[in-house]
Amino acid sequence: MPDSNLKSIYFSGLRASAPFLLVVAPFAILFGVVAMEAGLDLAQTMGFTVVVVAGAAQFTALQLMSDEAPAIVVLVSALAVNLRMAMYSASMVPYLGAAPLWQRALISYSLFDQNYAACIARYELDRQMTLPQRVAFYLGATTPLLPVWIGFTLLGALIGRQIPPALALDFALPITFIALVGPALRTVAHVAAAFVSVALSLAFAGLPFNLGLIVAAVAALATGAEVERRFYPRGLP
Amino acid sequence: MNYSDITVWTIILVLGVGTFLIRFSFLGLIGERKLPDWVLRHLRYTPVAVIPGLIAPLVAWPDATGGSPDPARMIAAAVTALVGYLTRNVLAAVLSGMASLYAGLALIG
Repeated sequence: MPDSNLKSIYFSGLRASAPFLLVVAPFAILFGVVAMEAGLDLAQTMGFTVVVVAGAAQFTALQLMSDEAPAIVVLVSALAVNLRMAMYSASMVPYLGAAPLWQRALISYSLFDQNYAACIARYELDRQMTLPQRVAFYLGATTPLLPVWIGFTLLGALIGRQIPPALALDFALPITFIALVGPALRTVAHVAAAFVSVALSLAFAGLPFNLGLIVAAVAALATGAEVERRFYPRGLP
Repeated sequence: MNYSDITVWTIILVLGVGTFLIRFSFLGLIGERKLPDWVLRHLRYTPVAVIPGLIAPLVAWPDATGGSPDPARMIAAAVTALVGYLTRNVLAAVLSGMASLYAGLALIG
């Protein structure tokens, strides 16, 4: 396959996830600011961002550490938030499972919500893609995210408390994720799954260790699959 | 916070290794073995099953307002979802959501 082809696929991955810059960058800044305010030093703040590379889990850990929770509670809760990524990992297997081990390891290290969403959307749409093309697209979709996540956390840690609360950066995370889900509501089954997820996560919000989210997600998965089985017996439109 | 440096670094390293193992679980261990149809049928719904549940409590009880419901944030969430659903354009949804949030905060407080 010609290199120019892979290069253009790399750039189409880059374009697909470039919009997420607008939300990943403020989110990373926010983590840097909040981590320093919570009392971590610069090395620890950057350690979190480079070693864990998972925004929602990092914020969960930070929140619990600010509440002086026992270390084991911090770990269990933050890992529970990340359990969804096992499902991402599994849903990538049909597309990337044949890649060399070192590539799968690097893909696993950098698997965010955003590049996952961008890649799955493309892989589902374009079934003819070859493995190198899929890897090139993943690389493209990850390029704007990982360095920006690390670099802007550093920026946030350095500028500290100078960000005015009026910018309401706290809401950048919900906005990003909602924006991702809106276009994904393609069928009745997707809508039903999302509805169950919202309803149960609110109903079980009181459960400790983020178990409410896990309960909601498992029930929503089952709902989506069951609605699909009943409404689309010949496969999705 | 009152953790020793060792505790903080232990949390960071265990969380990092654990997170990697979660992400690597299927991609690393199962490889290209075929997954059964019923598994694929469930995996199709992972984004819409997890992300709304992750977000709903943040919209209903935002930390920034001490957990009390906030009309500006709820309207912004609704606008983002609606624009995302209608236009299928993530960037348009983010921009209209943030614009709605700032407008709402300015008008409602």
